[in-house]
Amino acid sequence: MRKPIKLGLGAVLALTIGAGSAMAENIKIAFIDPLSGPFASTGSNGLKQYQFAADELVNKKGGVLDGQMFEIVPFDNKVSPKESLIQLQVAIDQGIRYVVQGNSSGVAHALTEAIEKHNKRNPDDRVLYLNYAAVDPALTNDDCTFWHFRFDANADIKMDALTDVIKETPEIKKVYIIGQDYSFGKAVAAAAVRMLAEKRPDIEIVGNELHPIGKVKDFTPYARKIVSSGADAVITGNWGSDMLNLGKSVVENGFTGPIYTYYAAGSGITAAFGESGKGVIRLISQGQINPPESDAAAAYIEAFEAKYPDGNIDQPRITNAIGMLAEAIKEAGSATDVVSVAKALEGMEYDDLFSGKVYMRPQDHQLIQDMFIGAHTDEGVTFDYDNSGYGIVVEHKVEMAGMDSPTTCKMKRP
Amino acid sequence: MDLILVNLIDGLVTGLLLFMLSAGLTLIFSMMGVLNFAHASFYMLGAYFAYQISMFLGFWMGLLIAPIVVGVLGALVERYGLRRVHQYGHVPELIFTFGLALLIEEIVQFIWGKDQMPYSIPEVLNFTALSIAGNAIPAYKVFMIFTSVAIFIALLYVLTRTRVGMIIQAALSYPRTVEALGHNVPLVFMGVFGVGTALAGVAGVIAGPVLSTFPGMALVLGSIVFVTIVIGGLGSLWGALVASLLIGWITTFAKAYNIRMEDILTGIGFEKPVDLSEHMLRDLWTITSPQIADILPYLLMVLILVFRPYGLFGKRDA
Repeated sequence: MRKPIKLGLGAVLALTIGAGSAMAENIKIAFIDPLSGPFASTGSNGLKQYQFAADELVNKKGGVLDGQMFEIVPFDNKVSPKESLIQLQVAIDQGIRYVVQGNSSGVAHALTEAIEKHNKRNPDDRVLYLNYAAVDPALTNDDCTFWHFRFDANADIKMDALTDVIKETPEIKKVYIIGQDYSFGKAVAAAAVRMLAEKRPDIEIVGNELHPIGKVKDFTPYARKIVSSGADAVITGNWGSDMLNLGKSVVENGFTGPIYTYYAAGSGITAAFGESGKGVIRLISQGQINPPESDAAAAYIEAFEAKYPDGNIDQPRITNAIGMLAEAIKEAGSATDVVSVAKALEGMEYDDLFSGKVYMRPQDHQLIQDMFIGAHTDEGVTFDYDNSGYGIVVEHKVEMAGMDSPTTCKMKRP
Repeated sequence: MDLILVNLIDGLVTGLLLFMLSAGLTLIFSMMGVLNFAHASFYMLGAYFAYQISMFLGFWMGLLIAPIVVGVLGALVERYGLRRVHQYGHVPELIFTFGLALLIEEIVQFIWGKDQMPYSIPEVLNFTALSIAGNAIPAYKVFMIFTSVAIFIALLYVLTRTRVGMIIQAALSYPRTVEALGHNVPLVFMGVFGVGTALAGVAGVIAGPVLSTFPGMALVLGSIVFVTIVIGGLGSLWGALVASLLIGWITTFAKAYNIRMEDILTGIGFEKPVDLSEHMLRDLWTITSPQIADILPYLLMVLILVFRPYGLFGKRDA
C-alpha cells in the first residue's frame, strides 16, 4: 500500500512543480550568512552583491529557462554553525534548492555535512551548496562532497600565490603568522609554515599564533608580541572586525613591514585603515578591481555603486557563482534537478568579469582562477572601497593559480 | 623587563576603559537593583554620536557633547521607561533593559549601517608619545589614561566630599529614610542613571577610535562589564576600579606571554602522555594562555562568588 501512495504523491508533487515552473516561478537562492553581530557588515555586503549580480547577470537578461528569475532569500546565521543548520532547514522547508554561504569555514563544514545527509535521505528535493568564501582546504579535500562547489580559491592556493611573492622579496627574513582559532585560521597557518619552508627555507617563523574568533576586544598585546619578535612581515587570514582591529593595533604600535592578508578590504575596513594602512596592508584575492579588468567590469562596478552608494564589490567571485549557476541551469534544462545542474557545473569554463577564464575542477569542485596580490593605497585607484579614496591596486598576478594542485578528494557521485 | 612595563601600561589602558563602564553600572545596580543590560549599548551610542559630531565639529567637541547627549538619553530612559516598569518588579526591569539593548543595536544599524565607521584618532594625538625598547606607546593611550584617571578622581570627590554625594550614598542603603527627610529620591535615581550612562558614553567616545566603531561593539564588551562589578563588589567604586585593573592586567599578560598548560602540568608533576592525538585530555594539554585569556575573568568571577560572594570590596552580603 505504501509504495503506490508515495508514487501517487510524487506524481502530484511533480505536477504541481511542473505547473509552478510553467508560471515561471522564481528560482530561490538561500543566502545564509551573518546579518547581525560582529560580522554583520561582511555578511550584508555580500548580500548586496548577490542581489545585484542576480538582477544584472540573470534577471535583466530575461532569466533562465522559460523566464524564471533568480531571487536571493536572506537568512541570518550569526556565524553560528548551530543557527545555520536551523536556517538551512527553514530554507529547505520553503522549497529552496540552492544555498550560498561564505563566512566561516566552521559554518561551511556544518552545512556540507547537513546537506549531504539531507540529500541522501530526500532524493526528491536535493540541495546544492555554492560556497563563495569559506576557504578551508578540507572542504575540497578530505571532506569534499558532490553537493559542494567552491568559487573562492582555497587557503592553500592563496598561500601558494602569496609565498611566490614572498619568495621574490629577499628583504623578508622573519615572518609572524597570526589567525583566528578555528579550522580556517589553522589551515592558513599550516599552509604558511609548509610553503615558506619549501620556497624560502632561510625565513624564520618568529611567531605562529591563534586567537579566539570575534572575541578579542583589544589586540594590543598581540601587536606587542609581533613588534618585539622583530618580524619583517605578518601573515593573517583574519576577517571582519578581527582583521581591522588586529591591523590597526599592529600599525599603531610601531610595525612598518607588510601585513599579508586574505580579507583586509571593503566592509568599512578600507576606510578605517585609511592613511595608516598605506604601504602596509597587502591583499591576496581573486578578481581585479584596480586597474579595472575591462570596460564591462568597470561598467558593472559603476552600476553597483550607483545602486548601493555605500556598498563595495569586494567579493567579485559572487558574479561567478551567480553566472555559472545560471549557465548550469540552462545547460541542465531544469532548475529542480540539482544533480544535472551539479554535473553541468563540473568542468565548466566561464569568463570571469573581473579576470580571465575560470574553470570548475570536476575532481574536487574547486574553481581554478587567477589570483591577485594588491596593495592598500590611494594612488592609481579607479574604484575605491567605502568611498574612502583608498582601494586595492593589483601588484602581482598569478594565472590559473593552483591548476595542478593536488587533492585528496574522493567524492561519491549519485 | 621592558616588555613587562609596556604590558603594564597596555593593561592599565584596558582596565581604565573597563572602569569607566563599570563605574556607572555598579552605581546604577546598587541604587536601583537594576542590572542594566543596555549599559554597553550606551557605550556604543557614545562612540557613534562622537563619530557623527567629529565629522562636523572635530574630535574634541565630540568628546564634550556626545557623553552629554548619551547621559540625557539615559536619564530619559530612566524617567519614562524604567520608572514605569519599576513597580512590576525586577524581572520586568531586566527584560526592559535587555529589550532596550537589542533596540539600540537595531537603531544604530538602521542609521549608520553595519559597516565599520572610519572614526579615528585626532591628528593632534596621532604620534608616538614614548618608545620603550622599540615598543611604541601612542600618545592617544596616554590621553586615555589621563582622562580616565581624571574622571575617577572627579567621581570620587563628588561621591564622598559633596552634599549630592552624601545623599546618593544614603539613598543607596536607606532610600525610604532619605525620602522621609525630604529629598527627591526618584530625581536622585534619574541623575545617577544619567551620569552612569554618560560615563559609558565617555568610554565609547575615547574607545571608539582604537577598538573600532561597529554595531557589534556593545556585544563584545557587554558581558565583561558585569563580571567586573561582580568581582569588585556591587556598589563599590573602589571595587570597580580594582576589578577593572585586575581584569585588564590579567588578560593583557595572559595574551602577551605564551604560557603553555603543558609546562604548568609537567611542573606540578603530571607526566605528558606520549601520544596526544587520541588522548582524552588532549585539549587540556595543548591550551596556551592567549587562547583562554578572555575566559580568565569569568573564572575569577566564579572563584570570587564561591569564596567571597559579596565581591572584593562589597559591603553587603549578596
